[in-house]
Amino acid sequence: MPRLSSYRDFDWVLLGFVLLLSVISVLEIKSATLHTKFHGFDHKQIGFLAVGLVLMFFISLIDYHRLIDIAHWAYGISILSLIAVALVGTKVLGGKRWISFHGIHFQPSEWIKLVLIVVMARYFWGLAGKELSWADIGKASAMVFLPMVFVLKQPDLGTALTYLPILLCGLFLGGIRFRQIAIILLGLAFIGGIAWKSGKHLKPYQQARINAFMDPDSDPRGSGYQIRQSLIAVGSGGIWGKGANKGTQTQGDFLPIPYTDFIFAAFCEEHGFVGALGVIVLYFLILMRLIQNAQTASDLPGSFIVMGVVAVITFQIAVNVGMVVGLMPVTGIPLPLLSYGGSSVLFTFLALGIIMNIRMRRFVN
Amino acid sequence: MEPSHHSDDQDLGPTGKTEKVPAGKLHAAQYIVALILAVLITGLWRLEVLGADNFRALAEANRIRKVPILAPRGRLFDREGRLLVDNYPSVSCYILREQVKDLNADLPLISQGLHIPIDQIQATLRRYQIAPKYQPIPLKQDISPDEQAFIAAHRDELPELETLDEQRRLYPRDGFAAHLIGYVGEVSEQMLDDPRYAFYSPGDVVGRSGVEQTYDALLRGKDGSRDVIVNSHGKELGHLGQELAVPGQDLKLTIDLDIQMAAEKALDGKIGAIVAMDPHTGEILAMVSRPTFDPNQFSVRLTKNYWNEILNNADHPLLNKTIQAQLAPGSTFKIIMSVAGLQENVAQTMHVVCNGGATFYGHFYACDRHHGMVDIYNAIPYSCDSFYYTLANRLGIDTIAKYATSLGFSQKTGIDLPDEASGTMPSTLWKLKTQHAPWYAGETISVGIGQGAVTATPIQLARALSGIASGGVLRRPHVVFPDEVPPSLLEAVHETYPGSGDTSIPLTPENWQLITDAMANVTSSPIGTAYAAHLDGVDFAGKTGTAQVMSHDALARAGGGKKTDPNAWFVGMAPRRNPDIVVAVLWEHGNWGNNSAKLAAQVIDAFVNKQRKRDNNIRIATTPEPPKAEPVSTAPANPPHPTVPTAD
Repeated sequence: MPRLSSYRDFDWVLLGFVLLLSVISVLEIKSATLHTKFHGFDHKQIGFLAVGLVLMFFISLIDYHRLIDIAHWAYGISILSLIAVALVGTKVLGGKRWISFHGIHFQPSEWIKLVLIVVMARYFWGLAGKELSWADIGKASAMVFLPMVFVLKQPDLGTALTYLPILLCGLFLGGIRFRQIAIILLGLAFIGGIAWKSGKHLKPYQQARINAFMDPDSDPRGSGYQIRQSLIAVGSGGIWGKGANKGTQTQGDFLPIPYTDFIFAAFCEEHGFVGALGVIVLYFLILMRLIQNAQTASDLPGSFIVMGVVAVITFQIAVNVGMVVGLMPVTGIPLPLLSYGGSSVLFTFLALGIIMNIRMRRFVN
Repeated sequence: MEPSHHSDDQDLGPTGKTEKVPAGKLHAAQYIVALILAVLITGLWRLEVLGADNFRALAEANRIRKVPILAPRGRLFDREGRLLVDNYPSVSCYILREQVKDLNADLPLISQGLHIPIDQIQATLRRYQIAPKYQPIPLKQDISPDEQAFIAAHRDELPELETLDEQRRLYPRDGFAAHLIGYVGEVSEQMLDDPRYAFYSPGDVVGRSGVEQTYDALLRGKDGSRDVIVNSHGKELGHLGQELAVPGQDLKLTIDLDIQMAAEKALDGKIGAIVAMDPHTGEILAMVSRPTFDPNQFSVRLTKNYWNEILNNADHPLLNKTIQAQLAPGSTFKIIMSVAGLQENVAQTMHVVCNGGATFYGHFYACDRHHGMVDIYNAIPYSCDSFYYTLANRLGIDTIAKYATSLGFSQKTGIDLPDEASGTMPSTLWKLKTQHAPWYAGETISVGIGQGAVTATPIQLARALSGIASGGVLRRPHVVFPDEVPPSLLEAVHETYPGSGDTSIPLTPENWQLITDAMANVTSSPIGTAYAAHLDGVDFAGKTGTAQVMSHDALARAGGGKKTDPNAWFVGMAPRRNPDIVVAVLWEHGNWGNNSAKLAAQVIDAFVNKQRKRDNNIRIATTPEPPKAEPVSTAPANPPHPTVPTAD
């Protein structure tokens, strides 16, 4: 490598957009927890962001090819950690998702996204340019489905679903053919139809969520409650919103978990359509900037990693905001960069660190 | 894009293959991202711009709870301002279904704490199933301090329980004036369907009978409310504003507590009715019906047992017999017959020889005595049936019906109380209409003595007698002073309770004097049927009636017993002309009109004593002064307490 990467090549514009969203996140978490026992989560979120920034700068110094080199080891460790969760994990809110180690809580399923992104990049790099055979598709799918099954068993449908866009993105960029896509879709439709008919493959709470999505008013105090209160919060915000800390749905505790999964609803209530539009535009700018970095990446795995991150973030925005505005059922997926939560923040900033490195190395070969 | 060291397409990786992702796919990815975000923006537009008003209203409904402030109901007083019906503070318990996810799981605890069987709570909940979820369901009224403490102690476990301070009705004990006053209760489904009650909502407490029902609009006042800001757990965060309750208007009734007490006492333990009225105005001075009921039981937690007891009582305690009992008036009808006979110039010259009855159309009609030669002067005190059979035969049914109708028979009087009955006055037209058969002359004979198809209510008899004794001026009976009520409501009351109302009939002074003098002889002359009820020093006049409840044949078959005894009637007044009080007494199965006359005497006595105490004088009958009015003027100013003879 002819020269060390320079911070002049760091994507300061992207970081600026990200930090702007982070500030919005901290302010909304503050508002959403103002009168609750979760008061002070905004300060914890600042802590997470600080750690994330430090880690981002640190990771950006590491040549992403080194990460690709150790990807298979990371994958193996990830699977082992999922087994560990299944065996000795801590149960929180009906799901076994966490490992507690010397007082530090750790949710492996969140990190596996990052590992899978790198693993996919490594795998498709190896196949680069070649037309995908059914065996190639099968291997890639197996690599993603293995951790998915473990996470589904925790049970955490939301996080498990976020692994899918990584696979889809890999297949798309890796050169899957339309004929193959058509055959896979037909097969899935067939299996899906049978599963839906038997009705045994969804847990009762999942079925209830789907029913509530179809008709939120059917059970306003039960499963439909969350979606109904979310719609009321968003809709009552109007064009300009009710003002910071003045959302009646948010402050009156009508909106469920307004600092994580439903933070966008809280934001919409207090800042209205104009504020929401601003946030969506920020996401748009961030995603476009990321895709630009994928275009300028110096090699194929670099592009793959960036696009993998784009796929995950886009998917989470679509599902979370879709849920908040009633276009998607309740799944419990956090909104990247806005929802409160250490794991989510660290995933985002680690991913950004890798992308910074890819950008810095775009002229290096 | 900066050029790299090698050509883009030929970059080789570790495997020596292509090193770049095709630019077209990345462009496609940009479009996909943009499309997804655009869809989300349309979703936001739909909710926040198009649906804003709707969702804003829902958000307000979420956080603002209207807590009612109940208006205290107007109190009721007697004509002298003595309190009859009051309110007392009480606490009621409501269920707020929105506060809890699984209400059924809490039912055992609620049942135990509030002492209500679970199935009763479930029945209540079922009744309100279709009501909107936010509407509080009244669970238990007038809860005990124990139960209040239970609710307070279980605020967190049972957030669905809510208490509300209310004012409850406190009625006189033992059913005193219960039929007149009425009672309040929850508004019924039928009432809600009636456009007249459009402003009521389910769960409202409204007057269900008596004065409480007629003047509900005045008594109820206007409930206020407080807008309270709550969070999702129903915890109060603050309040926005309040609309104070407007208390209901107090009402002064026309009844006189002293007269009412005398009437209640007179009828105690008997079945029947007493109504006393001021003929000058139509003001009701006393109104008693027996058996009675306890209205307090109706306005607070009506128990099943008590309800069954009321329903299964064959003597119909809920019936206000003064306005709802339609019975044969018996010989009291002879007053109406006398008016008809005299005004038609028939009775003046009529002489009948009574040999214990008379034969008409081949059928023998009995009289209870051999009165010998009878004319109109002694026919009334004798109550001679033979005379009135003959008079009825001479007048014919339609002439009798004309006079009876003009005196208010077969029409409601228009008293301001609900569910008045109109009674029946037969005529040829009536028979044609109801039975599609011609009238037979023989049927007229028994109508002459107030039997047969003719029926009347005590209030009708009181009003008719009032009209006759006042020289032909009839008044609409009423229990509330008209000047206590706004004109619009008064008009509405008259529309709701139509009747013969204020009217007058032609009655010559001679006939007026003749009839009233004859009625005075009923009580003051030894030949009178009610001489045993005469009051010393009081110009007390009246007419007895003993009405068969079944025919002689049926009576023979039944073989006697209390329920087969004739009804005892008495209508009387004091003084005989332009009276200040008219009393109608119905004693069901009282056996003999004279018995009722004694009850009427007690009421008249109470009235006269009170009048004398107040005026320190005796009231003297006014114009036209009759020549035979001296018994009144000779009475002492403060006579010894008059005794009511007990022997027949």
